[in-house]
Amino acid sequence: MKSGPILNTSTRGLVPLMIAFSVFLLWRGHNLPGGGFIGGLVASAALVLDGLTFGPGMIRRRLRADPVTVAAVGLLVGVIAGLLGWFAGSPFLTGLWWKPIVGGAELPLGTPLLFDIGVYLVVVGTISALWLALAERRQGGED
Amino acid sequence: MSLLATLPVVIPMVAGILALLAVSRPRLQQAIGIAGAAALLAVSLVLMVAVSDGSVLVAAMGDWIPPIGIALVVDPLSAAMIAIAAATGLAAAVYALADPRAARTRAWPGLPPLLMFLLCGVCGAFVTGDLFNLYVWFEVMLISSFALLAQGGGKERLAGALRYVGLNLVSTVMMLASVGMLYGLTGTLNLADLHNAAIAADRPGALAAVAMLLLIAFGIKAAVFPLFFWLPAAYPTLPIPVAAVFAGLLTKVGVYAMLRVFPLVLGPEALGDTHILLQESLIWIAALTMLTGVLGAAAQSDMRRILSWHIISQIGYMIMGLALWTTLGVVGAVFYLLHHIIVKANLFLVAGVAERMTGSGELAKTGGLYKQAPWLGVLFLIPALSLAGVPPLSGFWAKYLLVRAGLEIGEYVLVAVALVVGLLTLYSMTKIWLEAFWKPAPETVSVRPLSRRESLAMLGPITVFALMTVVIGLAAEPVFIYAERAGLLLVEPAPYVETVLGAPR
Repeated sequence: MKSGPILNTSTRGLVPLMIAFSVFLLWRGHNLPGGGFIGGLVASAALVLDGLTFGPGMIRRRLRADPVTVAAVGLLVGVIAGLLGWFAGSPFLTGLWWKPIVGGAELPLGTPLLFDIGVYLVVVGTISALWLALAERRQGGED
Repeated sequence: MSLLATLPVVIPMVAGILALLAVSRPRLQQAIGIAGAAALLAVSLVLMVAVSDGSVLVAAMGDWIPPIGIALVVDPLSAAMIAIAAATGLAAAVYALADPRAARTRAWPGLPPLLMFLLCGVCGAFVTGDLFNLYVWFEVMLISSFALLAQGGGKERLAGALRYVGLNLVSTVMMLASVGMLYGLTGTLNLADLHNAAIAADRPGALAAVAMLLLIAFGIKAAVFPLFFWLPAAYPTLPIPVAAVFAGLLTKVGVYAMLRVFPLVLGPEALGDTHILLQESLIWIAALTMLTGVLGAAAQSDMRRILSWHIISQIGYMIMGLALWTTLGVVGAVFYLLHHIIVKANLFLVAGVAERMTGSGELAKTGGLYKQAPWLGVLFLIPALSLAGVPPLSGFWAKYLLVRAGLEIGEYVLVAVALVVGLLTLYSMTKIWLEAFWKPAPETVSVRPLSRRESLAMLGPITVFALMTVVIGLAAEPVFIYAERAGLLLVEPAPYVETVLGAPR
């Protein structure tokens, strides 16, 4: 895959921004528009942009793990978020909250956030796996 | 109690995730698959004991009390269905140990994770007490089964898989549309709440439209006439352990959905005069499904194809039980459902062994199996004769209940069809017996004995299922009592409704 200096430079700048934005979406998602799914999609868009510019190997380097494993870990995180409510004596998937005071403001953390993180990982892993399967096959065909 | 009712969904889900994480280690994956299915079976047996007196277990997901939140509900029918699903999954997981195609395949991500996710979807459909949630579990099932179908590729398989997924998507859209209509009419999607709301809505015409949409949606899943043609296209191409699970379980989830939703939500009180329309359509569907299935099977000359067509004709019997709309009819349908899954899955497993030994499933290219392996002949005859309804095997009692229920309300034509189809089933089974087992092997074919490992992994599950068939046949009474409790709760759902809506949490 060939890419010009404009794409190269803008990708270097855009990818960190997009990842940061995806984390922001994930964070605000519980009560406002956003959430793990949208955040995961934005993060995958960043990864795909990386892959288009620098080749599929870049995605594998960034993820550091097999994309399927990332998705499986995400699923596991989601199930654990559901099971935590269960271990606390409530039904499966019950939301539990932990609100420490950080710097004078209440920081609401809870199992719904953990669940969203799981969704985020599933989306990132799945989309990367799909994209890599297509991109690496094409690359193989060209060689 | 909420813990116990959630486990049928959580266990296969966790096992599937662990198997997915072990994607690079096939042996570990297989062990996880077997352990997951065994754990599910153990839990389901506990559940069956807990609800065998006709009680109902409810778990409110996320502590949102029904009808606001989604409730998982375990009643005798769902507990028994989970048990049989788990047994089928376990049999497939063990059987796959001997299947080189399943073990050696490099196809991603291997059989065990997909099998577990499929079981998760199936069990989810069995336990959910919410119509929209039922749709979600159908999707979980559809995605995993599509992956299983397409795995390994090949032109014929992909064509079958595409037809399967295409028709099932149509079914899904129909179901979503009817869910939307029901919500518009009643303002709720909890099945127990819908029971009351549908009567209170007093809109028989609109509800009849919903019933017809749902009939098509579930009918495609269950492969009834005239929506069955995806099944013979897709099933014969599958590896045997997967085919056994599909044959045993997938279409039966559609039947289960009909048995669950129609009497509970769209009964005579809700539909009024238009209910006769639903019942008439069910009667026609039942008769034509039985007939086309068995005639289609008679025209085939390949073991898997014959067995696939027989799935369709057997679905007709279960629809017949529902179509009669009497307590005995529904009880008969439940009994049939329980017996059929074991028998059908077992027949596919036996066909797999026969194929392994002779190298082909084409009847013309097989033969001499009885001489080489008389025990396999016995293991084939038990489910085959049970499928046809020969006493004293389990199929006889299932058919007896349905025929009796039909005679009680004077549906003589339907009963006649059921009996003729039973006879034709016997014809097909005899054909397999004569060709594959009895006649001497063709000169070009050498019958290969099974290795020790193969015998253990393949014949173990087959023997257990054959024993279950015999036991259900000889000790039909406890099974009948259980089926009667399950059926009664379907026809007279007041305790179900009260338990779900009155759930403390």
